[in-house]
Amino acid sequence: MNIIVCIKQVPETTEVKINPENNTLIREGVKSIINPFDMYAIEEAVRLKEKCDSKVTVITMGPPQAEVALREAISMGIDEGILICDRAFAGSDTWATSYTLAAAIKKIGEFGLIICGKQASDGDTAQVGPGISTHLDIPQVTYVKKIEEVKDRMLRVERMMEEGYEIIEIPLPALLTVVKEINEPRLPSLKGMMRAKQAKIITWTQKELDLDPQQIGLCGSPTQVVKIFTPAHRIPGQILKGEIPEIATQLVDLLKDEVH
Amino acid sequence: MDYLLSDEQKMIQELARKIAEEKIRPVAAKYDQTEEYPWEIIKQLAAADLFGLFIPEEYGGMCTSVLNLCIATEELSRACGGIAVCYAASALGTFPIVLFGNDEQKRKYLPDLAQGKKIAAFAITEPEAGSDASAIKTTAKKSGDHYILNGLKHFITNGGDADIYTVVVMTDKTKGARGASSFIVEKGTPGFTFGKKEDKLGIRASSTRELVFTDCKIPKENLLSKEGMGFIVTMKTFDISRPGVAAQALGIAQGALDLAVKYAKERQQFGKSISSFQGIQWMLADMASHVEAARALVYATARMVDAGKTNVAKESAMAKLFASDVAMKVTTDALQIFGGYGYMKDYPIEKYMRDAKITQIYEGTNQIQRNIIALQLIKEAIR
Repeated sequence: MNIIVCIKQVPETTEVKINPENNTLIREGVKSIINPFDMYAIEEAVRLKEKCDSKVTVITMGPPQAEVALREAISMGIDEGILICDRAFAGSDTWATSYTLAAAIKKIGEFGLIICGKQASDGDTAQVGPGISTHLDIPQVTYVKKIEEVKDRMLRVERMMEEGYEIIEIPLPALLTVVKEINEPRLPSLKGMMRAKQAKIITWTQKELDLDPQQIGLCGSPTQVVKIFTPAHRIPGQILKGEIPEIATQLVDLLKDEVH
Repeated sequence: MDYLLSDEQKMIQELARKIAEEKIRPVAAKYDQTEEYPWEIIKQLAAADLFGLFIPEEYGGMCTSVLNLCIATEELSRACGGIAVCYAASALGTFPIVLFGNDEQKRKYLPDLAQGKKIAAFAITEPEAGSDASAIKTTAKKSGDHYILNGLKHFITNGGDADIYTVVVMTDKTKGARGASSFIVEKGTPGFTFGKKEDKLGIRASSTRELVFTDCKIPKENLLSKEGMGFIVTMKTFDISRPGVAAQALGIAQGALDLAVKYAKERQQFGKSISSFQGIQWMLADMASHVEAARALVYATARMVDAGKTNVAKESAMAKLFASDVAMKVTTDALQIFGGYGYMKDYPIEKYMRDAKITQIYEGTNQIQRNIIALQLIKEAIR
């Protein structure tokens, strides 16, 4: 079975500092890492590979330096890495991103399973994984905390809910997004690091994927970021004191003021 | 300072540092307190291929580079000198097989050691034979196709937890030092048991036990090299293992310095950071200079060994002597910078001072190292 893992390179948020003057993130000198949730996806794919002889491909869409993330994934036991990289993809929202990634997955060819992290630590949308499955028209299970059983053309997984979990069986090919409860990602091995250093990273641009320019990048993104701002501090609550009829009148007046 | 490390060496450094920071540092205090053997970390080191650094590729390892081993040991020691010594002591126990084992012995033992499936220990010290290794009393008597071992080894690092032991015992007491021989003994061999586990000042994550041999029968194939070669095996092993102890000391010193610099920047007294006081600055400057000098000596010695220089006794002794004295001095000064807080176990620095002390004692006390250095100096002067 061919397994595909989709990852994203993100800034290491634990090291992000805020510029106190304009309240923006100081990006300079901040290390880029693999999105922490994607590490669980990588680990789960490598475990499946060790169990049932699979080939695992990791793909990412990003700038040329995202190659580092692919090599790190290879050092953990992934077989090959594909970088989707083109200026034409810049400004993609989750729709355009999942459209582009789905196109890349189609180009890879036959696959049994796609694994993604539940969401990226920078955007926090949790939309790209489900988006890919929609574009590919395959079933998806989000928030997977355990792969119970892998059978031929079938998968039984546990899906984490607010309280308890669901057990879901789905036909393959399918897409899963995983939560951190699923495993503990391994550290790379020395042999893996050496293999990663020598690995050839395949790069696909808009030309290789041959996508409709209207569907990709900023043009293909229905989401528009209108404004970025720091939310105002919460106004402290007000406690009304006195007899109940008195407070009730006060409260009504206050609510009226609020409405006006 | 740039030591012009190869890409492979930088990779080893990066990997060992990652393990040290992410896996070892969070549990260092726990192991120091409980004295449990750190199997969870050993497994991580094995999965990372780090046990392959001192074993040739043809026997399942990655390389045999003393510098590579030193780089890994230094990085691990920055987070915990105790856990690092569990790793380094396996290298020490493996070196005699790498250096003197025949092909059959190497094929039998090295692949599992390279993968960290088994770990090793080296045993020469006895209650009455410390610095005076010629006084060892444990004997091995030949009996047909076997040797029968009797006696006691003590202060053996990884003792009880290791699977493979290289032990130095007497096959012919009448010949003194020339009557010593070295053997491979596997855990579980009838007649081979373990005595008490020592309660130590430092490196408490590592185990230190007695090895007890009572009519322990081992096949003659387990003899390393030839009878009477025990001291040669030991000396040659120490020549290449001492840079590793020096690297452990270096790592402890660097780890303490890192903590001291960080603390000095954070700690406020008289309305400002104590790092703004010249008294503290000069201490830090001296500490850093000593650590860098130790590193230069350790790496240079390791490179000599890797380049195939045969007579490295003097340089190995110098590296071990200097780096361990630096470790003791730097950890003591680091604790001083922490002041009263440093003396408390709530802060990590006092452990570095306790861990540093042993590096001046084991694998030859620093007084023995000075003997070795002086002897070489005098020998060289005669030529």
